Amino acid sequence: MPDQFLFAVEVMINGLMAGVLYALVALGFVLIFKASGIFNYAQGVLALFAALTLVGLQNGQIPFAHLINAAFGTKVHYFGWTMPTFLAIALTIVVMVLLAIAIERFILKHLVNQEPIILFMATIGLAYFLEGLGDVMWGADVKTLDVGLPQGASEWIEDRSAVLGGDGFYGFFIDKLDIVAALVAAVLVISLTLFSQYSKQGRALRAVADDHQAALSVGISLRFIWVLVWSIAGIVALVAGIMWGAKSGVQFSLSLIALKALPVLMLGGFTSIPGAIVGGLIIGVGEKLFEFTIGQMIGGATENWFAYVLALVFLVFRPQGLFGEKIIERV
Amino acid sequence: MSMASVESYVTEDGRTIGGVVMELKNITLRFGGVVAIKDISFDIREGEIRAIIGPNGAGKSSMLNVISGFYTPTEGEVWFEGKRRPQMRPYQVAQQGIARTFQNIALFAGMSTLDNIMTGRITRMKSGLFSQALWMGKAEREETEHREAVEKIIDFLEIQHIRKTPVGRLPYGLQKRVELGRALAAEPRLLLLDEPMAGMNVEEKEDMSRFILDVNDEFGTTIVLIEHDMGVVMDLSDRVVVMDYGKKIGDGPPAEVRNNKEVIDAYLGVSHD
Repeated sequence: MPDQFLFAVEVMINGLMAGVLYALVALGFVLIFKASGIFNYAQGVLALFAALTLVGLQNGQIPFAHLINAAFGTKVHYFGWTMPTFLAIALTIVVMVLLAIAIERFILKHLVNQEPIILFMATIGLAYFLEGLGDVMWGADVKTLDVGLPQGASEWIEDRSAVLGGDGFYGFFIDKLDIVAALVAAVLVISLTLFSQYSKQGRALRAVADDHQAALSVGISLRFIWVLVWSIAGIVALVAGIMWGAKSGVQFSLSLIALKALPVLMLGGFTSIPGAIVGGLIIGVGEKLFEFTIGQMIGGATENWFAYVLALVFLVFRPQGLFGEKIIERV
Repeated sequence: MSMASVESYVTEDGRTIGGVVMELKNITLRFGGVVAIKDISFDIREGEIRAIIGPNGAGKSSMLNVISGFYTPTEGEVWFEGKRRPQMRPYQVAQQGIARTFQNIALFAGMSTLDNIMTGRITRMKSGLFSQALWMGKAEREETEHREAVEKIIDFLEIQHIRKTPVGRLPYGLQKRVELGRALAAEPRLLLLDEPMAGMNVEEKEDMSRFILDVNDEFGTTIVLIEHDMGVVMDLSDRVVVMDYGKKIGDGPPAEVRNNKEVIDAYLGVSHD
């Protein structure tokens, strides 16, 4: 096989892997949008907050250390122990659920029956609040996240695939972390889809998304469903936070990955879980291949804008996305 | 008048009407300065079809919303199955066994007929979140049981052919039928129908009337219905409450209500068709 073709295949595989990470973030958006019609601006910050909490717990950081030190003149920073990863993840999940309960109690409860735009504005406020809270609780420095996931190129794949090409080809370079991320995303999507299609709570969740009044009339508590859905979104955010954090460190720019999820959602449709995945993959592959082929001719750096242009095209020709429900307005 | 007769009796067509299931005592409902319901009392007896009629804006839907917990009455008491009902949220009322339909159909448009009716059984599902999430044996058995109950309702309402169709695509008359199916799926103690025949053509109205009578007859379900169409009400119901401007102006069997002068003046006197 010609080497050029093999390079293209490698670029594509890496694109798929990057796409999985985009899809993980987009998934959190879809969950909340499906259940409440809210576009949750805070989803990216939720991932950041989850990752910060996880690192903080692992390293035995004292929450609000700077605040405590400033107020009492102490110099405390660490408890002096490190927590096993498993326990830290479990505790972070608890924190995310508590956060979901707080969001319901202090924000959503007071905005029942409001326009979606108002709820959207509330999530913008929530995003900035959480970013500030994360800063005060755990500090603003860049942290490394190590949850024991394998990192670096998979030599096994590299060795096996090297034989495909000539002397100039050394095999496919694929990051082990990306493979893990893909597996995790697959498990997450399958279980979430099964849960939403076949369980009582999943059915209730879809019911709430369709019609609040009707949901109430069959005995569904809106408040419980909201807490449930924000908890799940928080846990998905944690998974995204772990993957991105392990890849590029836990830093505040992590909240900006939310921006990359936007074109993914426009492609896949705001209401479709499989759509989030397919959208993520298309964007991941698309931007890598575009850079590899046309990007080289026009001076590169196309990855920064390719996704958004693709999203624009979709907005014009297929606004509901590939898998979204067709928007029918009855008058 | 209605409170005096507590003992059960048998109707002309052989159905048994039992004791009082729900009693509304001096219900008043205000929205700011507007009084939607003024000091209304009436009761609902087991197994009967109880109609609430009245001109537009009489407060019929508000009354139904009070019963189903969507509105909390400003004054007055709601007694259900011999107990005074504390202030409740609509979903809690539903869990008590009071199911309803809406005047402007409230279905889950993106879900199939089957799934819509299945949501009606949510109050009857017991498996917790954990076993549901892990799809353990118990949850699976439960799902099968509920599926059977739902299939019976689908057969009963003759909507087998649209089982898998997303309800958003169905014609109006069928949507109303699916909504009735969802309410029935809860096996309610009390079924509230808000204008079940509004906007239907003659054929659809006849179908719906037949289903309402069959539900009442076969399952013995107590039904409260609001209706505009006088002919339908007179044929269907055992007793009728007549409302006008938020007040009760008549209460009794259709034949009796029909001859009530106040009712004739307020409602029947005004040509409505």
